Amino acid sequence: MNNSVIVVGAGGAALVAALNAYKSGAKVIIITKEYPTRSQTCMAQGGINAVLSQENGDSIEIHVQNTLKSANALADEKSVRYMCNEAPKAVKWLDSIGVPFSRTKESKIAQRKLGGAYAARACYAQDYTGLKILHTLYDRCLEAKIEILNERYLLEFITNKDNDNKSYVCGVSVLNKRSGEIEIYKSPSVIVATGGYSRIFHKYSTNSTAQTGDGIAAALRAGARVSDMEFIQFHPTALKNSSILISESARGAGGYLVNSKLERFTNELAPRDEVSQAIYDEIKKGEDIYLDIRHLGAEFIENELPQEAKLAKLYENIDVLSDLIPIKPAAHYTMGGIEVDENSSTCINGLFAVGECANHKIHGANRLGGNSLLELVVFGKQAGENAAIYAKNFDKEVDITEQKTIFEKNITIIMNYTNEMNFYENQAKLGELFYKHVGIKRDKTELQSVLDEVKKMKRNLSKMGVGDKTKEYNTNLIEFLEFKNMLEISELILISAINRDESRGAHFRVDFPNSDNKFMFHTVIDNNGTVSYED
Amino acid sequence: MKINIKRESIIEYDVEIQNRTLLEVLNEIKTTIDSSLTYSSGCRSSVCGSCAMRVNGREVLACSYHVKEGDLIEPLNNAPVIRDLVVDMDKAYGFNAKAKAWQSIEVENILLSQIDEKLNELQSDCILCGSCYSACPVYSVNSEFLGPFSLTRIWRYVSDKREQNQKNKIDTIQTNGVWDCTLCNECTLVCPQGISSKADIEKLRAKSSMQGYMDPNFINFGGGLSF
Repeated sequence: MNNSVIVVGAGGAALVAALNAYKSGAKVIIITKEYPTRSQTCMAQGGINAVLSQENGDSIEIHVQNTLKSANALADEKSVRYMCNEAPKAVKWLDSIGVPFSRTKESKIAQRKLGGAYAARACYAQDYTGLKILHTLYDRCLEAKIEILNERYLLEFITNKDNDNKSYVCGVSVLNKRSGEIEIYKSPSVIVATGGYSRIFHKYSTNSTAQTGDGIAAALRAGARVSDMEFIQFHPTALKNSSILISESARGAGGYLVNSKLERFTNELAPRDEVSQAIYDEIKKGEDIYLDIRHLGAEFIENELPQEAKLAKLYENIDVLSDLIPIKPAAHYTMGGIEVDENSSTCINGLFAVGECANHKIHGANRLGGNSLLELVVFGKQAGENAAIYAKNFDKEVDITEQKTIFEKNITIIMNYTNEMNFYENQAKLGELFYKHVGIKRDKTELQSVLDEVKKMKRNLSKMGVGDKTKEYNTNLIEFLEFKNMLEISELILISAINRDESRGAHFRVDFPNSDNKFMFHTVIDNNGTVSYED
Repeated sequence: MKINIKRESIIEYDVEIQNRTLLEVLNEIKTTIDSSLTYSSGCRSSVCGSCAMRVNGREVLACSYHVKEGDLIEPLNNAPVIRDLVVDMDKAYGFNAKAKAWQSIEVENILLSQIDEKLNELQSDCILCGSCYSACPVYSVNSEFLGPFSLTRIWRYVSDKREQNQKNKIDTIQTNGVWDCTLCNECTLVCPQGISSKADIEKLRAKSSMQGYMDPNFINFGGGLSF
């Protein structure tokens, strides 16, 4: 199996990485717990940032500066500069493989203005940008005949130690959802592209129910480090009842935010952390908050925001042309993730990470809208190429097949947990606690009490477990394993948030409302739980 | 409110919530009544295509259908049931590969106008939920039919100026492809994205004819008349 690359996950970052590893000569296998086109990327609406011309006064330098400003001094300038420089090439490549971008009258790729951006910079395909990029990438993978293993749930990354006592990856173990069997896949090179962890906020998240941070938790267990876990972006405009996302492009196009008195109360196009905090303060005062796009007109909405109109109708029974859209901020994107170097490599040899599960230090304390689709193309390419090179040079022979029994035993233990407590209730409770106390505004005492609660839940895991004892397609078991991962990640978020005695970007501490230069560093946690601050 | 779910047998569930989507009701059952109930879901906002199933015989997305008293919930048709409401979509999605539903080669610097963009804007809204595939009656007679979503995807690429080998794309869909469709329009009626695969197949037939292909049914039928 030398010269092979396994990609875990099948969203945008995973598929770009897979295509580039394949182009670099590796044999590639994609493993996903769903099917590729069901991945979180399909939910991205707004666009992908790239400076395609300087006609509107924009420049790559301004893209860099906007990103750094939004990141509140916590992004790595070199990394940001690399991404913004590569951006036009990334969009050109997407165009070359058939992504159906919206066009201007001059037959150019259409661009719109998102929050925190100096100019119209986000290339889009109506408000289905992520969907259309993801599906086009999927079609490219089919063209390349890349093997895709659907419905396999990641358990662990399998590692070994070399002569210098340095860890290297040699494969993954997965639970085949359909058969209920453990499968071991051997590979010298593994790319983690499993997405973020916003689902910890449960019903207060815009994300797919699959965004449970499985890859981050497994990477940490394997010995990787994670960083900046406390930075969680709240999108200002999720539908009030369902937390379904209404894209920033609605505000970019001139939509207003108003309170119950129909007064505007903030700059709608400020970065997301600022807008969410402004909405939070209004809600605290007892106001209901609405997004108003009535004045944009039927034709514009039909052409530019068709999905928004449909979602508002379907989930809130709102006609966006005549009614105000009731909204609230909801957990949307997790800036933190697996710590990677400038080659997208983790501290475990052969283990690479990319996309929302990784921390390439381009979003810092607050991500700029339109930079996540960009990130997955630019760094997906980097991760794919580097993983292929690593695999080609790998020269060790390891046998990991025997490890199967260990993983089988672990699942058997979990299947025998007593199930006297309903973990779904705990999951809902965790979401409530996080939204209330680990959300837009935080306080040390409250964070500490949530941490105590999380630790208690962890201790009680063996009293939870599953009611469904069936081997085949046991979603009860998968959801329990996801909950277990989310608890592990919750602890990291809380430790990071408690230690950061300042406010910066998406991390706002009411007891320390100002930024403090001594915290102008990344919070890094290793698998012993040791916290350090690194440049 | 009582609803019936087709599992190994049909099971009736009594839930107290009203005015909710089917997905919310399924979640309620799973998390509070019966943790063994099995179904797929993802985005909750009708864009990931995970939760397609049938209600009273009609394909819907569970996340966008509002449940009514007495509804019968069943898995999709034409795909093997793995468990309860979950079907195995590997073969169905495999038709995209068989139809070669992709752009032949990477091409740069081709300008597309707003008119070009509209040629396949709707078709590229497809979320691969499989509703059309489930509703298609052709599968009862031809299990190798490329099917509605794959053919819509072919239209998406073949109508795009960036496709450099239209002929090859059309050649690929002659067998088990455009001519096997009965134009019954069931696919159109169930598509949550408002796409009409039937209309796309008709457009592909026109392109096939321009390339010299003829409806094989018509050839046979013509032969039959010449006795």
